[in-house]
Parts: sequence; C-alpha cells; structure tokens
Amino acid sequence: MTDSLLFIEWIRQPWHWAAGGAGIAAVVFLMTWMGRSFGISTSFKDICSLAGADKVNDFFKMDLKEEMWRLLFVLGIIIGSYMTSQWLRSPEPVAISQSTIDYLAGKGIAYPEADANDMGFFPTSFFNFSNLKGILLAIVGGFLVGFGSRYGGGCTSGHAITGLSHLQLPSLLTVVGFFIGGLIMVHFILPFLF
Amino acid sequence: MKNFSFLIVGILTGIVLTKSEVISWFRIQEMFRFESIHMYGVIGTAVVLGAAIIFLMKYFKIKTWSGTTVSYTPIPLSWKRHLLAGSIFGLGWGLAGACPGPMYALLGNGYWLFLLIIASAVFGTFVYGLIRDKLPH
Repeated sequence: MTDSLLFIEWIRQPWHWAAGGAGIAAVVFLMTWMGRSFGISTSFKDICSLAGADKVNDFFKMDLKEEMWRLLFVLGIIIGSYMTSQWLRSPEPVAISQSTIDYLAGKGIAYPEADANDMGFFPTSFFNFSNLKGILLAIVGGFLVGFGSRYGGGCTSGHAITGLSHLQLPSLLTVVGFFIGGLIMVHFILPFLF
Repeated sequence: MKNFSFLIVGILTGIVLTKSEVISWFRIQEMFRFESIHMYGVIGTAVVLGAAIIFLMKYFKIKTWSGTTVSYTPIPLSWKRHLLAGSIFGLGWGLAGACPGPMYALLGNGYWLFLLIIASAVFGTFVYGLIRDKLPH
C-alpha cells in the first residue's frame, strides 16, 4: 500500500473527540487568519436577502458581495461532507453509548437501524418525507434554530466556538441558553413526541 | 480569488464536522442526556485550542488577509436576549439534532430532509427579521 492510501485509511477511522476538536480549532485559525470569523447561521440571512427579503424589510438589506465568502464556505461544507460520505466514511456507524441506545429503543428508535444510510447520523425511520409527524417536527426544529440563531446573533459556530474563544460573556450566556433549551426539549418535550 | 479559498476551507470543515460526528442527531441526544463525553470533548477541545490560538494571534499581532490584527466586535450585553434567544435555538437543536453547520453537512451526506429543514431555518430567520422590534434586545 502506498503512503497516501495508508493516510486515507487512517483518516477514515472514527475520530477521537480530541481530534475532532483540534480540527474545528484549525478551521477557527484559518478563518481568523483569512480575516473572517467562523459563523454559519448568517448564511440563512444571506439566503433571505438573495430571495428578495431585502425588499420587504430593511434588516435584510446587506452588501451580498461582502457575503460571497460565506456562501462559498457553506457550499464547501456540503461538498466536503459529500466527499467524506463517498471516500472517508467510517467502517461502522457512530458508536454512541449503550445507555442512549437503550433509551431510544424504548422510544421505538432502534439504533443503528433507524438510520437508513447506516451511518448513525440521523433517524430517518422517524424523520422522513413519508412521516407527516416527522416532517412537521423537522420544520419546527429548523424554524427554531433559524429564529433563535438570528435573535441571539449567532449559532454554535459563532457563539460556542468563536465567541467563547474570544472570551465573550454574551456568547457564554447564549451557550447557557442553548443548554436550557436543549435540555428542556430532550428531557421534557421530545419523549412525548415520538 | 480570495473568496474561493473559503470554498476550500468549507470543504475541510465539511470533512471535520462529519468525521468528528458532531453532525449526528444521536450524538446530540446523548449530549443532552449526559451519557457520553464525546460532544463535550469536541467542543471543549475546540474552545480551549481556539482561545489559545486567538490569544497567540493577538499577542504576536499576526496580520490577517485584511491587513489588520485580530479583533472582535462584541455584541452588547443583554442577559434577557442571550438567554431567551439561546433557549429558542436550544429547543430547535434538541429537536432537529443539528445546528446550522451540521444541517449543511447532513445535506451533503445525503440526508435530503435537510433541504426542508434548512428552508425552514431560513424562514425562521426571515420571521425574526419581521418581528425583531417587538422582542427584548
């Protein structure tokens, strides 16, 4: 085997969390060095503006030329993820903990069978185009993420990663909010929705 | 041409988000149920290394491509706004199991429902723009 094939085999293995965190920190470094900051949710605002929302509301009036880099960045995320699914896919689905597997089994979500793509990324058995309940909840989830991230001025990348790296108190409070909302959803709402 | 460098960084980000498994709905469930260190390890490592990188870049006055040193424009402190907005986001994160970056990454991994979820997130952003004057900031 050549060295490059060995390298690809090595990358394909499931990553230790420290490697994942280091990878994200590398992205933070590159973006900062390139004069921008790591922020993804603003792309939703860009799409609003592209779709003509700037004619309805001044909030969406922006210089899209200044935002081209971000749209190319998210396009890159889609391409890089596709490449990973084709060439760097882990041999096994995500190894989540046994207690999470047991809990989800009790809710009718068998792991890893619930993901039709067998990667352990998303429960397609519940969230799919033929399950109306799944579609409605997916729409609600997407809406809350879009609304909340713009209201809070950023999402996980802008606040939890970039903002905290800059030691910002507003970002810390927003991240505390992420957990308040997430804990309420996962412990007190979602169990009754499946 | 500078803009296209961001396409390359985006591709790298797509690989990192997918391989670090932070895009997994199941990992998010596990995180909010405190049943694994994985997500805390990824985010914690990213923040500690990120903070060290930002500190060093500021300390050594590294010039960015914009020709300036590293700076950050803080948003005004507002407890109500941050906690409320964060909680709304968190409800969506716990439900859809994906924040914005992973939404794009899951689409790239072939989960087509994310076309709808991203459209819905764009709509949520639009609605925020319409009613933002009525919200506490």
